[in-house]
Amino acid sequence: MAAPTVAPPPEAPRSGTGAGAGDTAATPVPRARRGSRIPRSPKVVVGAGMLALFALLAVFGPMIAPHAPDWQASTTSSVPLPPSSSHWLGTDQQQHDIFSQVLAGGRDTLLIAFVAGIIATCLSVLVGVTAGYLGGWVDEVLSILSNIFLALPGLLILLVVMHPLKNTDNPLLIGAVIALTAWAWGARVLRAQTMALRNQDYVESARVIGERKARIILVEVLPNLLPILASSFIFTVIYGIGTYVSLSWLGVINPSSPTWGTMLNSAQSSSAIINSYWWWYAPPALCVALVGIALALLNFGIDEIINPRLRSARTHRKGVRYTLGLTPVLRDSTALEGSAVNDSAVKAVKGAAA
Amino acid sequence: MSAVSATVKAEPVLEVRGLCVDYGVGSSAVRAVTDASLTLHRGEVLGLAGESGSGKSTLAYALTRLLRAPGVISGGDVLFHNRPQGSAGERTETVDLLAADLAKLRQIRWSQLAVVFQSAMHALNPVARIDAQLTDVLKAHRRQMDGAARRERAVELLRMVGISPDRLRSYPHELSGGMRQRVMIAMALALEPQVVIMDEPTTALDVVTQREILEELMLLRERLGFAVVFITHDLSLLIELADSIAIMYAGRIVERAGAGQLFHTPRHPYSLGLLQSFPALHGERVRMEGIPGSPPTLTALPGGCAFHPRCRYAMDRCHSEQPALLSPHDEPIGAQDRVAACWLQDGTQPPPEPLALRPGAAPDTDAALAAIPAAAPATTEGDEQ
Amino acid sequence: MTTILRRLGFYALAAFAAVTLNFFLPRMLPGDALQNVLSNIKSADITPSQLAALTAQYGLDSRQSLVSQYLGYLGHLFQGDLGTSTSKSVPVSQILASDLPWTIGLIGAATVVAFLLGTALGIVVGWKRSGVLDALLPVATFFQAVPYFILALLLLITAGFNWHWFPYSGGYETGRYATLTEGWNGPFVTSVVEHGTLPAATVALASVAGWIIGMRNMMITTMDEDYVLVAAAKGLPQWKVVGIAARNAILPSISNFALSISLVVTGSIVTEIVFSYPGVGYAIYEGVLAADYPLMQGILLVVTFTVLGANLLADLAYVILDPRARKEA
Repeated sequence: MAAPTVAPPPEAPRSGTGAGAGDTAATPVPRARRGSRIPRSPKVVVGAGMLALFALLAVFGPMIAPHAPDWQASTTSSVPLPPSSSHWLGTDQQQHDIFSQVLAGGRDTLLIAFVAGIIATCLSVLVGVTAGYLGGWVDEVLSILSNIFLALPGLLILLVVMHPLKNTDNPLLIGAVIALTAWAWGARVLRAQTMALRNQDYVESARVIGERKARIILVEVLPNLLPILASSFIFTVIYGIGTYVSLSWLGVINPSSPTWGTMLNSAQSSSAIINSYWWWYAPPALCVALVGIALALLNFGIDEIINPRLRSARTHRKGVRYTLGLTPVLRDSTALEGSAVNDSAVKAVKGAAA
Repeated sequence: MSAVSATVKAEPVLEVRGLCVDYGVGSSAVRAVTDASLTLHRGEVLGLAGESGSGKSTLAYALTRLLRAPGVISGGDVLFHNRPQGSAGERTETVDLLAADLAKLRQIRWSQLAVVFQSAMHALNPVARIDAQLTDVLKAHRRQMDGAARRERAVELLRMVGISPDRLRSYPHELSGGMRQRVMIAMALALEPQVVIMDEPTTALDVVTQREILEELMLLRERLGFAVVFITHDLSLLIELADSIAIMYAGRIVERAGAGQLFHTPRHPYSLGLLQSFPALHGERVRMEGIPGSPPTLTALPGGCAFHPRCRYAMDRCHSEQPALLSPHDEPIGAQDRVAACWLQDGTQPPPEPLALRPGAAPDTDAALAAIPAAAPATTEGDEQ
Repeated sequence: MTTILRRLGFYALAAFAAVTLNFFLPRMLPGDALQNVLSNIKSADITPSQLAALTAQYGLDSRQSLVSQYLGYLGHLFQGDLGTSTSKSVPVSQILASDLPWTIGLIGAATVVAFLLGTALGIVVGWKRSGVLDALLPVATFFQAVPYFILALLLLITAGFNWHWFPYSGGYETGRYATLTEGWNGPFVTSVVEHGTLPAATVALASVAGWIIGMRNMMITTMDEDYVLVAAAKGLPQWKVVGIAARNAILPSISNFALSISLVVTGSIVTEIVFSYPGVGYAIYEGVLAADYPLMQGILLVVTFTVLGANLLADLAYVILDPRARKEA
């Protein structure tokens, strides 16, 4: 069955690891991971912080913006103003305040990406977990379906489909259409992981004692899929942002209120690059980039939950350099509380015996 | 038990003194092996036994410097008395493995000190053919050999472990579990090393295959004369195979003795418990006792003797004081390599009857060993096939 | 053999699904959009026979049933007839024949560069695991997390517009004073390479992070395998130990690549638009703006087939590299 392109289950628990940690390091048993926290690595903290900032901006941005997005500084001039104290990020050709537009322009983008992420994740759970858990012909059919969707060039289809919907403003609809092209990746990963979980002892035993399928999936399987679910959700949100901004930059989607993508579109059509109106295109592009980076950083942390090995076994830690096949020798590390007591006891006994 | 071990037994090939191993560094470090000392003599089989988590594998991998991160060696010495092939007589060079750099280690590794891993399934590279995995060591260590000679040697090695040479072009997944482990053993013997470390080499196999492979292994050992460090949780197997045995518990060696001595007169309650956990196939019927409870985690070791919570003979003293690994007070003079870490044996009180020295049992003689029934390994930890 | 047959079966099925989806795409349009398409077709500057073919394909003459429309569409497709572009008044297949090589060349060059560079870096980062190299990852993430077109704009503004390192528009020099003749001659090839550098760099930069991170993660996982420790225990040279780990780590990296092919392809199509590159990406953009449905559909179909073809290549590479998959095959 294992078709060559099927990615291996990210972390199928494996028994019998020979050297080293084999004796002490706990094998990553999925169940034990239920309560696992997001590692507090600087990457995750920075990513989460940036994301929180942009989320606040999406909610409150339009309220704190100094001007309405369609407010014009002047109706006669058609030369974009560079940044100044009255317009922090300058204006565009129509004399709209860029700073206000940037503040207001994130709301739709983030909302649509979020909606796309939720819908796509639901679809991928539905397809992936069903296929992985039920197996057989259901798996066959659903796998073929998701493989086909994986091969379809999503953005191009959206380009063709969205153009007639040009002036749609409904974020739910746009999000749903984007989600339709984005669920297959998650479905495939979830399917592989579900198949690995399905053969775990505790799932097996739940099946043997006659638990209902729905209950097993909800109680035993789904909680262990959460890290992968989160990672696939974040992936989809990154995809959603990229797709929505690309489509509105291309002018294929043309919402009534400005978004980062439409700002880039109008900058492009006014040749802002050649005219060096950097304050026009740089802020929205930077915002898109920063949101993407924030999400990717967060994904690093989740990757480390899914695969704890990525976190452990750094080759440099606390001044110790680990090399495979050259276990470090540190003779002076005597500051071991627990065994120090035992050691002194041993020495005392040795002394007495001598 | 073998001619080889009888003649050259006195000469050590691998000495471990006071080895300490930690997982991690600094305040988060956990001590996995404490103050372990062992001596492996030329041609001898040294058994290392204990439950999982007792530190026996950690010890073995640490002394070869193969222990993975976050493992750190925090004390002790490991001396390898190298006598390279061809050098006549007593010319031995002593290498401090803990002071050696990667180049020096690479020189010793496999050519003098080989390792057979627990699961050949995982120890063989899944995308390389058997011949490539047999000849790469020859390529690295025997520069003068040409392709044809390497191939010839690979054929010879496979024959030696009873595998038809037409398997040379196979991939590991095309072989059965037993064949894979034989390939692994052939690989380990490719350069005729002086020491082979075997980490539970047969636990992943079914009982019959296990038996066959062990028998072949012992025949090969007699022929080639290498010394073996044999790691297993199956003490009855060791009684049969090993010349001397070290029992580990919670990272410490708690008893060290000749195989016969240990079988007839265990001096540590944990050894006794282990002996009673495995049935002897032909011996008198005894009630299987086992050991109550489970091994402690290294992060939360009980104070005093780590075994006391599970020990039926535990005294007040055992809760607070760690016993040293000493020769029991009533052992005859000269039984230097017979030690146990137990307060019952310090002479302040007579040890309980099962742990006492029995006058009738002669220490480590051929007669005593002959009396040992051929114990069959009673457990398999799971079969991979 | 069964695995290969199954994979081929899947590709046949996927191709069929793409063809069918393509047929129904314009029929799913809302009413006014469809009217727009129809008026485009009617006003197109094409021959009567081409017009007749299009009216049949889009079901404009209601005498034909949907089934016979579909069969007719399939029949044309098998003859390589993708209809006529309403905006450019030439057969779609003709446009594709001239544009597709540009796109495939761009994606191919970028993918080879990204694969070689990313895999090599991933091996080093995964093996060394030092703080310095791990700090590289967020930088790589930047390229991965940012939409292709923003990366493309960034390169266009910096390396193209400001620093004049490379041309940033078109596929080769077409200015007033250009004296190039298309074909395998030095000046033309040089010009093509120069013009292709920035678009290819965009695609390579965007996908290299995926290779680096995927390879790094797989290296770390693979290094925990016993056979890598055995290689160290054998006293093999360090580079051989790394090689054994890398050889095994690359397998999942290839299957993951298969998952991301369509993202790479769509990404490079957006990149073409930024650099006005004469590939199918720029053509479909023009088609969308002109509501030229025959052109859009033709490109969509060809791009889907390209993705499927790339998937097939990845499958074959996997079977060649993994003896276990070979056995099943």
